[in-house]
Amino acid sequence: MKRFADVAGAVAWRSIHRFVTKPQFLLPSLIFPLFFFTAFAGGLSNVSNVPGFDFPSGYTAFQFVFVLLQASAFGGVFTGFSIASDFESGFARRMLLAAPNRLGILAGYGLAALARAGIVGPLLFGVALATGMQVDGGGADLFGLVVLALLVNVAALLWAAGVAMRLRTIQAGPAMQMPVFVLLFLAPVYVPLELLSGWIEAVARLNPFTALVEGGRDLISGGDVRGVLLYGVALALLALFAVWGVRGLRRAEAAG
Amino acid sequence: MSLLAQGAEMARRSVLQTLRQPAMVIPPIAFPLILMAVNVGGLQAATDLPGFPTDSYLDFAIAFPFIQGSLFAAINAGSSLARDVETGFLARLALTPMQRAALLLGNLAGVMTVSLISAGIYLAVGFAAGLRFEAGAPGVLVLLVLALIISLAFASLGALIGLRTGSGETVQGVFPLFFVLVFLSSNALPRELIEQDWFRAIATVNPVSYLFEGLRSLVIFGWDAEALALGFGFASAIALAGVLGSASALRTRLVRT
Repeated sequence: MKRFADVAGAVAWRSIHRFVTKPQFLLPSLIFPLFFFTAFAGGLSNVSNVPGFDFPSGYTAFQFVFVLLQASAFGGVFTGFSIASDFESGFARRMLLAAPNRLGILAGYGLAALARAGIVGPLLFGVALATGMQVDGGGADLFGLVVLALLVNVAALLWAAGVAMRLRTIQAGPAMQMPVFVLLFLAPVYVPLELLSGWIEAVARLNPFTALVEGGRDLISGGDVRGVLLYGVALALLALFAVWGVRGLRRAEAAG
Repeated sequence: MSLLAQGAEMARRSVLQTLRQPAMVIPPIAFPLILMAVNVGGLQAATDLPGFPTDSYLDFAIAFPFIQGSLFAAINAGSSLARDVETGFLARLALTPMQRAALLLGNLAGVMTVSLISAGIYLAVGFAAGLRFEAGAPGVLVLLVLALIISLAFASLGALIGLRTGSGETVQGVFPLFFVLVFLSSNALPRELIEQDWFRAIATVNPVSYLFEGLRSLVIFGWDAEALALGFGFASAIALAGVLGSASALRTRLVRT
């Protein structure tokens, strides 16, 4: 166990150090969520006047939840880019040789992804509150929202890690990013599920991310949260991508 | 060999270079269409807002892939020229009797060819999905011309950055800035329906709004002289500035080599 923790700690420290000391990694992670929040909450706020739109906490809170979960997911995916980059440079192969417990490598990248979310999330919260976001949920609801964002972050990291460790090149970036992007945007992004129509409504109803974003909105507005569904879906995604990520690690080990 | 023949040869190289790399062809076609599909599905309800100019969000959103496709044209043009600098191709070319302008013209012509193919696909998908075109068949031609000038505008800006920096990584890094310009515009709602004053003010001074509105006017309103004049005017001005800047950067780059 100590070996596992040592490896995880070392990998996490290196990844976090790289992330916070290199502006080219840090700035996009900070700027993009803020930009999406500005574009969606600012540019589309009139959408809340559409007949049938009845989210009690207002459009800023409505969009905040989506952008928070999106930023968490992309924090995980961007950490996957680092894994691919480490494989391309040969560093990851040397890590595989040196690490007494290789699962610790995956756990270390997971901690790094959590650290990214831990930097971006509070910044996003701060900006949203400063711009007048209405929060009707209580402390427990907000804690639940934070837990949800962290679960999404680690699930996305495990997805991206599985791809990165199978393909072992930074050119796999679109393969990590695009499925996540499509999954996120095929949920009720701009209006509640009830106001969607046509093919996107059918797809959104089947999309597991819909349960997460709608549950997150219930949390921030203090609505009735279907906790079993919300955290059940989040944990199921986490378990699924954990298997995917660990199998990816085994593939990387086998490739030498 | 005339300037035209040299330009044609460079354009052929540029088109082949692009077509041989799926990563340079598929994203400019697929991404804008995916985003448009998502927005049309998600924002159809916005057409119920009082004052929304059409009852089909597809008619409103069809301008989006043309503008986003132009951003990809900027990246392709910039990356391609930056690679020519990085690999020394430009330096070797400088030793030949080739006219400098042919390199730039050829590169931009190649990117525009890909843009024209993309534009045809966007329109075909739009019509298949039920797009109604108020300006009729002549309007489609005008839209294609405007879309090509917009592509030239962004591609020339990409070329300018590629030639000035000689770094493909820098060109890629500038992409988010273009993306910001697109999102802080009237891309998702008409300017008069943007509720936040500060956002509407940014969208009003952002030239990209007028590119959207010029393209969109042909689809929704038919022949709107003011929207078209502003659209063509801004697109031409950016294209002119971009081409002149690129030509100057190319001169400087070749002097250095």
